[in-house]
Amino acid sequence: MRTLRAMTAGPLHVGDSVVVEREHLEQLLQALVSRGYEVVGPTLREGAIVYDHLTSTEDLPSGWTDEQAGGKYRLKRRQDHALFAYVVGPHSWKKFLCPPLQRLWQAARNGKGMRILPEEEPATPKYAFFGVRACELSAIAIQDKVFLDGQFVDPGYKARRENLFLLAVNCGLAGGNCFCASMNTGPKATSGFDLALTELSQNGRHYFLAELGSVRGAEILAAVPHQPANDADKQHAERILDDTTRHMGRRLDTRGIKELLYRNYEHPQWDNVTERCLSCANCTMVCPTCFCTTVEDVTDLTGEHAERWRRWDSCFSVDFSYIHGGSVRATPRSRYRQWMTHKLATWIDQFGVSGCVGCGRCITWCPVGIDITVEAGAIRESDSVKAPADQSKDSA
Amino acid sequence: MAPMLEQTEVVTAGLVPDPMLPVPYRIQRVRQETDDTFTLEILPEDSGKGFSFAPGQFNMLYVFGVGEVPISISSDPDDAPLLKHTTRVVGTVTKAMRKLKRGEIMGIRGPFGSHWPVEQAAGRDVVIVAGGIGLAPLRPALYRLMAEREKFRRIVLLYGTRTPEDMLYRHELEQWRGKFDLEIEVTVDRAASTWRGNVGVVTTMIPRAPFSPSNTFAMICGPEVMMRFTVMELLKRGVAAERIYLSAERNMKCGIGFCGHCQYGPTFVCKDGPVFAFPSIAPILGKSEI
Amino acid sequence: MIQTLEPILREHPFFHGMEDQHVRLIAGCSKNVRFGEGQVIFREGDPADHFYLIREGLVSVQFVIPHDGLTTMLTVGGGEVLGWSWLFPPYRWHFDARAQQPTHALAFDGKCLRAKCDEDHDLGYEIYKRFMQVVTERLEATRLQLLDIYGTHA
Repeated sequence: MRTLRAMTAGPLHVGDSVVVEREHLEQLLQALVSRGYEVVGPTLREGAIVYDHLTSTEDLPSGWTDEQAGGKYRLKRRQDHALFAYVVGPHSWKKFLCPPLQRLWQAARNGKGMRILPEEEPATPKYAFFGVRACELSAIAIQDKVFLDGQFVDPGYKARRENLFLLAVNCGLAGGNCFCASMNTGPKATSGFDLALTELSQNGRHYFLAELGSVRGAEILAAVPHQPANDADKQHAERILDDTTRHMGRRLDTRGIKELLYRNYEHPQWDNVTERCLSCANCTMVCPTCFCTTVEDVTDLTGEHAERWRRWDSCFSVDFSYIHGGSVRATPRSRYRQWMTHKLATWIDQFGVSGCVGCGRCITWCPVGIDITVEAGAIRESDSVKAPADQSKDSA
Repeated sequence: MAPMLEQTEVVTAGLVPDPMLPVPYRIQRVRQETDDTFTLEILPEDSGKGFSFAPGQFNMLYVFGVGEVPISISSDPDDAPLLKHTTRVVGTVTKAMRKLKRGEIMGIRGPFGSHWPVEQAAGRDVVIVAGGIGLAPLRPALYRLMAEREKFRRIVLLYGTRTPEDMLYRHELEQWRGKFDLEIEVTVDRAASTWRGNVGVVTTMIPRAPFSPSNTFAMICGPEVMMRFTVMELLKRGVAAERIYLSAERNMKCGIGFCGHCQYGPTFVCKDGPVFAFPSIAPILGKSEI
Repeated sequence: MIQTLEPILREHPFFHGMEDQHVRLIAGCSKNVRFGEGQVIFREGDPADHFYLIREGLVSVQFVIPHDGLTTMLTVGGGEVLGWSWLFPPYRWHFDARAQQPTHALAFDGKCLRAKCDEDHDLGYEIYKRFMQVVTERLEATRLQLLDIYGTHA
C-alpha cells in the first residue's frame, strides 16, 4: 500500500477511517473539481432530490428529508442542516454512465458508396459521483457485469466508468420503500468506492467519518484537513447503520426466489397485478439496474446523411418484443411478468447476482404504487409447489 | 476443402474492434427465390474486413437510412468473405432491402450468435428438419456436412413448405440429392393435384424417416410451432434430447447482448442462441408470451 | 397351397402387439394389391368397404374444390393407413384417393372385418384402438396444416 503524507495527521492507507469536519467538506468537493472532475450529486429541484451538477456543498439539500411510500414521494424540512438525511430519488447514476440518448455513429452516402463515421468521443467526462448510496454502488457493479464482463464491451460505458470517482454515503436513515438489507446491498457501503462518508452529529458538532476505499480516495483526502477516527466515532457510525438496518421500510424474502418465480409463470397474482399496472414504464426508467435500450436510424431530407441513435427503452412497451406480425409479449400481464421475473430470477442465471438492489424506487414512482416486495410475497404465499421445509439459503 | 470448425474456433465479432459499427458491403447479386423471399449475395468493400463464420450465425443487416434487421447467414462458410442472406419481405427494412440493386452498398455487423455444432454429429446419422424459410439458416450446416461427407452416416433432410412454389433452393436440393448421398424428403401443406410429392405437415415424415434414433444428431429450424412438434416426434422416436438443436428468433436491436430485446427466458437469443440445444430451452419452449 | 399374408401383416407397424389369433382372423380378410401410377383407388361417394395398409408407394387424398379443381389434402405413404370410412355408416368414401407412384398395399375387406368384430369384441377393441390412434395423429397433423404456420404472421 502506498502511504501519503496527510496535511494534519499521519500517513493514510486504504481501509483507514478519518474524521472530516463539516466545514471542510467544501474543500473535499473543490479538491475533486480542481483535479478536473465534473462533480454530480443530490440537489433539490422541482420538489424532488435529483442528481445534477454540484458547484459547491451549498447545492446539497441541506436540512431536507424525503418520505416515500407506494406511489408517493414528499420532501420535508428537518430541524437540522444534515446534508444526506434522505435516501434516493427518481434519478439514478445510470443517467451519467448510460446516457438516455446517445449517437452511435453517422454515415454519409456518396454515389454508390457509404462511409461510416464513428463518434469521436468529446473528451469523455470525468465524473465524481458525490453521495452514492450502498444500494447504488451495487447497481453500478451490476451494470458493470452487463457492459464490461460479457463477450462484448460497451466502449462508451468503459471509458466513463474508468474515469469515475465514487464518493459514497452510508445511509443514516432507511426510506419507506427501502429493502437493501434484504438484498444484501446495504445500508453500509462495503466495497467499490473511493471514499465512504457517514454523516455524524453530536452535541452540536457536525462531522463525517470517512473510510478510504482506494488510493485515489486517499489522495483526495490527503488534500483536506482531517483527523484519525477514534473508537467512539466508529461505534457511533456503527450504531447509526444498525439502526438503519433495523428500520427498513420493506422486506423481501429472497430464499429460493429464482426457483419460486420459475415455477409460478401461471400464478394468478400476475392477473391480479395486471389489473393495476398501466405499463407506463416508470419503474424501468427509475430502476438503477434496468439497462434496455433501442436504436433509431434516421436520415436527413436529402437521404445522403444517416445517423444511428441509442436511447433508453423499456420491456413494458408493446413493440419491445415485436417480430414479424406481432409481439411475443402482447399482453400487459406478460410484460409485468417479464420485468419482475427478469429482475428477481432470470437475472441471476444471466449475471450471477440478483438484478434488484432494494432501493425501492419502483415502488415510489409507480403511479399506482405496485410494490415488488408485496407481489413476490403474494406468489410465495400461494406457491404452486411448496418448497422443502429446510430450504433457507439465499439464492442471490 | 476447409477443415471442420472446432467449437473453440468460432469466429465472432468479439474480435472486431467495434461491433456497433456497420461495415460496408456491396451487393453482387439479388436473387428472387419465391414471391416474397429473396437472397442477397454480398462482398465487403474493404477485402480486409471480410470474415468467416460458423453455420447458424447471423449478421445485422443495415439499409442506409432505413434500419437494421438480424438475418441468418445462408452461404457456404468456405465461400467467405462472400456472404448470402435469404430473407422474406415482412417489414419496413426488408421491404427497402428488396429494392436494393446489384452494385449498391449496405452495412453489415457480425457474425453473431451460437452455431450448429456439426462437429458433434461425426459418426452419427444426421436429421435436418426445415420448415419454410427455416432452410436458410440450415444451408450452411448442409454445406459443412457435405464438405466432409465421410465423417457422417446417413444424412436426411426433411423439408416442409406451404406450397411447392414456396420451396427454397430447389435446384440445389436436386443436385445434392444426386451427388452427395443425401436423402431429401419434401412435403407441402397444400398443393394442386399436379404436385406428385408428399402433402402434409413436415412432422408426419419423421416416423418413417430412415435414421437410427439411438445414434442421431438433429437440427431443426422453422416456425416455433413446427419446431415444438418436430422435437416431440423426434423424442417419440427415441432421439436423445441433448442431440437435438433448434434455432430461435426474437426481436433484436443490438445483436451483442446490450439492448435486452432478444431475451427468451434467461437466455439472450443473440449470444446464447440463436442455436440452442433442446434441453437448455425445454422449460420455456411452448410457454406462451415468454 | 394358399400362402397367407400373416407374416407380412405381422411386419407392419399397425399390427405390432396384436395377438396371433387376431392377426390370423384379419389375414383372412386381406389381400395384396398393386396400383399403377395415376390409378384411382376410390372416389368420393363410392361404397367404403375396404381400408389399405400401404407397403410401398404414395397415395394422394384429394377433393374436387369448385374453382380450384382437384386439390390434394394429404399424401399417405409406406407404413401408413388409408381409409377409416369403413368403420362407420354410411360406409362411403369422403374423398378421392389416387396413386401418385406405383403403389403396393394390403387391402382389407371392411364388410368381412365388421362382421368379425361384431362376433369377437376383443378383436373389435384391438382394431378400433389402433384406428383411434391413426385418426388422432391425422387430426393433429391436420390442425398444424390449418394453422398455416408458414404464413407471414407465424
